[in-house]
Amino acid sequence: MKLSISLAMLALALFILSLLVGPAALGIGDSIAGLFAGGGEAAAIIMREIRLPRALLGLAIGFSLGLSGAVLQGFLRNPLAEPGVIGVSSMAALGAVAVFYSGLAGSSLYALPAGALIGALAAVLILLAIAARQGSTLTLILAGVALSSLAGALTSLVLNLSPNPFAAYEIIFWLLGSLKDRSMEHVLLALPLMAAGWLLIALSARAIDALSLGEEAAGNLGIHMGRARFLIVAGVALSVGAATAVAGTIGFIGLVVPHLIRPLTNRMPSSLLLPAGLGGAALLLAADIAARLVLPAGELNVGVLTALIGAPFFLWLVIRARREML
Amino acid sequence: MRLQADNISVKLGGRRVLEGVGFDIEPGQVIGLLGPNGAGKSTLMRALTGQLPAEGAMRLGAHDLTAISPAERARLIAYLPQQRIIGWRLTVRDLVALGRLPWRAFGRRPDAGDEAAIARAMEMADVTPLADRIATELSGGEQARVLMARAIAQQTPLLIADEPASGLDPAHQITLMQSLKRLAENEGRTVLVSLHDLTLAARWCDRVMLLNKGRLAAFGTPETVLSEAHLAEIYGVKAHRARDEDGLIIAPVGLTKSQNRD
Repeated sequence: MKLSISLAMLALALFILSLLVGPAALGIGDSIAGLFAGGGEAAAIIMREIRLPRALLGLAIGFSLGLSGAVLQGFLRNPLAEPGVIGVSSMAALGAVAVFYSGLAGSSLYALPAGALIGALAAVLILLAIAARQGSTLTLILAGVALSSLAGALTSLVLNLSPNPFAAYEIIFWLLGSLKDRSMEHVLLALPLMAAGWLLIALSARAIDALSLGEEAAGNLGIHMGRARFLIVAGVALSVGAATAVAGTIGFIGLVVPHLIRPLTNRMPSSLLLPAGLGGAALLLAADIAARLVLPAGELNVGVLTALIGAPFFLWLVIRARREML
Repeated sequence: MRLQADNISVKLGGRRVLEGVGFDIEPGQVIGLLGPNGAGKSTLMRALTGQLPAEGAMRLGAHDLTAISPAERARLIAYLPQQRIIGWRLTVRDLVALGRLPWRAFGRRPDAGDEAAIARAMEMADVTPLADRIATELSGGEQARVLMARAIAQQTPLLIADEPASGLDPAHQITLMQSLKRLAENEGRTVLVSLHDLTLAARWCDRVMLLNKGRLAAFGTPETVLSEAHLAEIYGVKAHRARDEDGLIIAPVGLTKSQNRD
């Protein structure tokens, strides 16, 4: 509990910092006034319509990614499982891109997130069908690589066929992942879906603990495996799908955070869930602040930044896992 | 509780792998389940633990095992799978505590009753000194006892263990059987354990079931069931039987003539 409180404080501090950082030079006083009391018109617009949604999405999406990584690792008994590495994020992006390209995005505000959700759901179902039973790291990662490649290829195809450069530019947004220029509409759209996903994941806590001993033993401990699988598949698909629908693919948060935090817990999968979510929120907010500061002129996409940190980390994990096997 | 089975059959992929197995076991005994590879030992255990759909009647005390929910079953039967899986670097105490899951409501922390059951189980399985160690860093024999403690902590009237002695050195095999024996004698639980070691079965089990080709070939005391004739017929081995003050010693020393021809 102490760990969760510290991480929550950290996430909160970064949330506030995120509200204070941006190209417009607003003082702390102006910012707070803009957020709550109205203040100057420009400050109010910047705070309420630009920075607040961005910080809220950073918080919620980071939480979703950290939580999804933790639950997938617990469920598959596999420390390398993560929505980005195993292709869930890229399939969600493909879903969003397909909806965008087909022109359905204009028909309803919900079309785009629906596309991303379907993509995420398909990915998780395919992975479970291939890799869940035997729980081998290799099968899971290979299936994830295949799925990511497939999603990448199909997304490239859409990009290739896209009718005009503006459409292509929009599509690239989902590939790189960013929290920039999001509105409160995006927050209101994604947050309920993510929250529903968090709830489903929380309900699987007992199941992932019992699964530490394998499927057979978990079944004997009264865990209904079909139900557990549903909770986790639907929970991850909802939270990662909704996150991807509004911010594109942001990888590696779900891999890095559970790893950093697990040694601080008793390593029971359920006791990692909340801290991993909070840690994910803190990491994504920090990365998003960094993305704004590193290149002030032409801001980095936060998805690019998390990949730049996460991919070498992933490589390091693989090397370490190999050494432990030897 | 009394374990009764009548005419249990299991079909897997259209093939009958278990046929018409029936027995009646009084509580407080260690029952050895023996038979060659593929005789149906694991199938029978999985049928009893509800992992495989089975025909026939199975009762534990007043409970109809074919008509109970997974949650109820988890409070009646503890099952120790053959494969020893420990997923994370959990401490021994936390791992054993997983055995209390069926007794804990969602989101509840372990209460005093749980703590007592965990401590007792660790004592029974002889792992109390290992309580704060990381389970994945223990030896195979120690891990086997820790996983056994998890199953004991479930505090079920019936404990089913699939080849818990496999891969263990002789001293660890004996410690393991001692724990099972204590569990049956001191707590009145029924223990059903599959084994390959005939001497281990003869010395530690109150009664043994001998399965062959999916059928129950013999059920009774080790003395009568593990006869030279049965071992020759069912395992296809010539076995020497000897005796010391503690009981039978059975050593397979060669194949029977019919086996030699194969």
